[in-house]
Amino acid sequence: MITITAEVIAQHGLTTGEYERIVEKIGREPTLTELGIISVMWSEHCSYKSSRKHLKKLPTDGDRVLVGPGENAGIIDIGNGYAAAFKIESHNHPSFIEPFQGAATGVGGILRDIFTMGARPLAVMDSLRFGPLDDPEAGNRNRHIVGGVVGGIAHYGNCFGVPTIGGECIFESSYNGNNLVNAFALGIFPKDKIFFGAASGIGNPVIYVGAKTGRDGIHGASMASAEFDEESEGKRPNVQVGDPFLEKLLLEACIEAMDKGVILGIQDMGAAGLTCSTCEMGGRGGTGIEIDLKYVPQREQGMTPYEIMLSESQERMLLVAERGVEDQVFAVFKKWGLDAVEIGTVTDDGMLRVRNHGELVAEVPNSLLTDDAPLYDRPATTPFRSVPLDGPTAPTTSADDNAAALKQLVASPDLCSKRKIYEQYDYMVRTNTTVPPGSDAAVIRIKEANVSLAMALDGNGRYTALDPREGAKLAVAECCRNLATVGAEPVAATNCLNFGNPEKPEIMAQFIEAVEGLGEACRHFGTPITGGNVSLYNETLGAAIYPTPVIGIVGLIDHMDVPVPMHFQQPGRKIILVGGLLPGVTGDKNLERRFGSTQYAKVVVGQTWGLPPALDMDYEKRVHETVRSIVRQGLPESVHDLSDGGLAVGLAKCGFGSKRIGARIELSSEFPSHVALFHEAPSRVLLSVADENIEAVNAIAAALAIPAPVIGETQVGSLEVQLNGDTFHASIDDLYQAWDSALERMLQG
Amino acid sequence: MALVDFPSFRFGVVLFPGSNCDHDALYALRENLGQSAEFIWHESEDLSGFDAILLPGGFSYGDYLRAGAIARFSPVLSAVKRFAESGGLVVGICNGFQILVETGLLPGALVRNRGLHFVCRTVNLRVESTESPFTQDCTAGQVLAVPIAHGEGCYYADEETLSVLERDNRVLFRYVDEHGKATPEANPNGSVSNIAGICNEGRNVLGMMPHPERAADPVMGSTDGRLVFQSMISTLVRG
Repeated sequence: MITITAEVIAQHGLTTGEYERIVEKIGREPTLTELGIISVMWSEHCSYKSSRKHLKKLPTDGDRVLVGPGENAGIIDIGNGYAAAFKIESHNHPSFIEPFQGAATGVGGILRDIFTMGARPLAVMDSLRFGPLDDPEAGNRNRHIVGGVVGGIAHYGNCFGVPTIGGECIFESSYNGNNLVNAFALGIFPKDKIFFGAASGIGNPVIYVGAKTGRDGIHGASMASAEFDEESEGKRPNVQVGDPFLEKLLLEACIEAMDKGVILGIQDMGAAGLTCSTCEMGGRGGTGIEIDLKYVPQREQGMTPYEIMLSESQERMLLVAERGVEDQVFAVFKKWGLDAVEIGTVTDDGMLRVRNHGELVAEVPNSLLTDDAPLYDRPATTPFRSVPLDGPTAPTTSADDNAAALKQLVASPDLCSKRKIYEQYDYMVRTNTTVPPGSDAAVIRIKEANVSLAMALDGNGRYTALDPREGAKLAVAECCRNLATVGAEPVAATNCLNFGNPEKPEIMAQFIEAVEGLGEACRHFGTPITGGNVSLYNETLGAAIYPTPVIGIVGLIDHMDVPVPMHFQQPGRKIILVGGLLPGVTGDKNLERRFGSTQYAKVVVGQTWGLPPALDMDYEKRVHETVRSIVRQGLPESVHDLSDGGLAVGLAKCGFGSKRIGARIELSSEFPSHVALFHEAPSRVLLSVADENIEAVNAIAAALAIPAPVIGETQVGSLEVQLNGDTFHASIDDLYQAWDSALERMLQG
Repeated sequence: MALVDFPSFRFGVVLFPGSNCDHDALYALRENLGQSAEFIWHESEDLSGFDAILLPGGFSYGDYLRAGAIARFSPVLSAVKRFAESGGLVVGICNGFQILVETGLLPGALVRNRGLHFVCRTVNLRVESTESPFTQDCTAGQVLAVPIAHGEGCYYADEETLSVLERDNRVLFRYVDEHGKATPEANPNGSVSNIAGICNEGRNVLGMMPHPERAADPVMGSTDGRLVFQSMISTLVRG
């Protein structure tokens, strides 16, 4: 028997104060099993003890929101009797330690969150951030991590049979020791068939289904709640191993059992495994759960109660069925070849009671594990800045310099084609993908509901590092802009908040600023946040990642047709820049600083400094409305929003369709040419429009007081930009080759 | 929506644990081709009443050991064998092709892609022979745009088998470029002789790695895959 010493308490990641709180609440010293149970539920990962106070500032209500935060996933009404469940979650720490399995189980976990509510998963997206592939010291390791993470996502999603339809992949030095893997999933179901993770009906059976329990993943949640150090390698055994085939069977069996109407409540065993599912189901149901571990299917011999309760073995679910019909549950799971065992019953006393062969090994009130978990108001100062406010004055550039910069930018790590990644994902299975990966927003049709759903993930760590509040707002603005390009109305959002150590006041300040910025923007754009995840302690040897809030927004399109493409389709079409050349830049004294946040600064100048681009949210929203109406009336032939790389990169990318249609552009600007071409002012969207539709486009833009100047015309084969009299030419084929081949070359090292 | 009205036949789509293109095949057959299509559970041994059998893509039994290696032992496969031996039309797509090869209904083997990665993209297929129930509605040399999505789709067969396949015009589809040339660059997985689909000696069993069911609906970008099913329907009409 291990005695609980100060050392044991510290090993469990608990402070002395937290331990005293435990003793006070239960009126005695906890057993080791109880200490394990409490410590894992009180970990940052499960309890949100540092973030909860601030997450309350986020908007969560909306007309279409059926279920908000607090459940396994948020749910929105998509019309015609159907609903969509969606959420994003991080699996950062496991994918750094064991990239393939870490990423695979990240996808597995988020898929379970969706189908545990009754929805069949129809789409996955991933937001990935790594250290640079050519980093002199960490390059080899980073390439290994990218290969592993992408392989793991592909392995899990492809076998499970869910299309991976989009996402992002960004490289910054700040992710060298701590990459980010944020996985998003969305599923569909009839809106009157939502299942919740609540245990109801005293005496009802508590049934364990799915994979057997092993020793993998013990203390995974605690690992995700600590910084990395030299010994993190030794945590590899903490990473779970995924089996997508088993999960596919679990999905089919769960949906079949749900259809039979014999399941009352269901919750997946994710972080903190059996512990979390039993106490949360009891907590939500206002009941208790008593289990005996001797019934838990086990993969290994001699597991202790402590290990069984804390295991994070994958592909397991806990469900509560009506007493008397449990045989029907067992029959469905048997059909799919899965274990289904009654391991306990629902009680009326609000306790989580765990026995092992009858002997009581843990008895803890649910409330202590959930609502009464510690809540901290961590001190915050001013946000930590890892980069200077002022940078070099960018020299005036010639037309040739600009042409060279454009080629360099399209082949740079963040802007180049991610085809080598997304072709490893089955992005078409289920035959719904009407806009495949590589566009501004991904779109799937929903055959059951006769609508389409557009979705995008956005985050910009560089912007957020320079100003957490503004950076967070810019991410929401860009995400909504992405949806507007396909004519979708944004409905609701999910967020994944990746930050460093919240016990450092400067990091806590980043977190608070970013959350408040997200809240402001989500209110403004009408996208309530229905759930998500917070990942803190993303630090290695004391160095924090860029603060990186990632936002995923789902939008609704009222038809199932293929949306307007992003690429130019025909020569001789007018090119319209909705939003104007550089909105909000004239008169901005901080322009040079703001330019320091651009990809041009990062890639061409080789430095990052200053402030993010200025955002006027009212203006931005009117741009979205303008574009949405134009698209819905079928006026443009192509639509692409401007973001990283600015106007020049946006124009080049419009040319990367199969026909390689370029453009001839004529501009005059009061700003230096590199600013006009590469500054990343938001609120801008490029359209190509046939002559007969120009008038209608202008009328819509004018009605919303948004400038929509014609800046040129599409043409075959080359991009030609005349700016203040100087002209540069670039072959679209050349740019395309550079853009398309860059990632493969970089991955080879 | 079906663009053309076809006579309706009864297609059986076999459902293995781990199949994941089962719904897609059912949808294409019903909605895009106006056929009557139903699932057949892998434990079923009765295929009576079906006009044609489709083995869909996915990861049957998790593809543990080797793709398709476990599915060959399932009860439904002995029924499929009997169905094929009596001349019934059987088509195996992706994992279905792997299963047909494992059961010996088709020759050769499907191994890890050259490059070792899973590949999902739309490729060009050239119709090599219209003398089959699966290609008779195509024109010889016609180039079809059809998606692939597999990790183990590199077709391999020994010299002798290959020469028999070629001699008897049993290679029905080859990977080609947009001009219809079977170049190494157009070969997405390293298959020998760019082979994408073959039929058996009796020409009533087809295995192909590309997914015609993903190219049956206009919103998916191509409807070329319909020609495979249309050809089967034409064959069934003739009886």
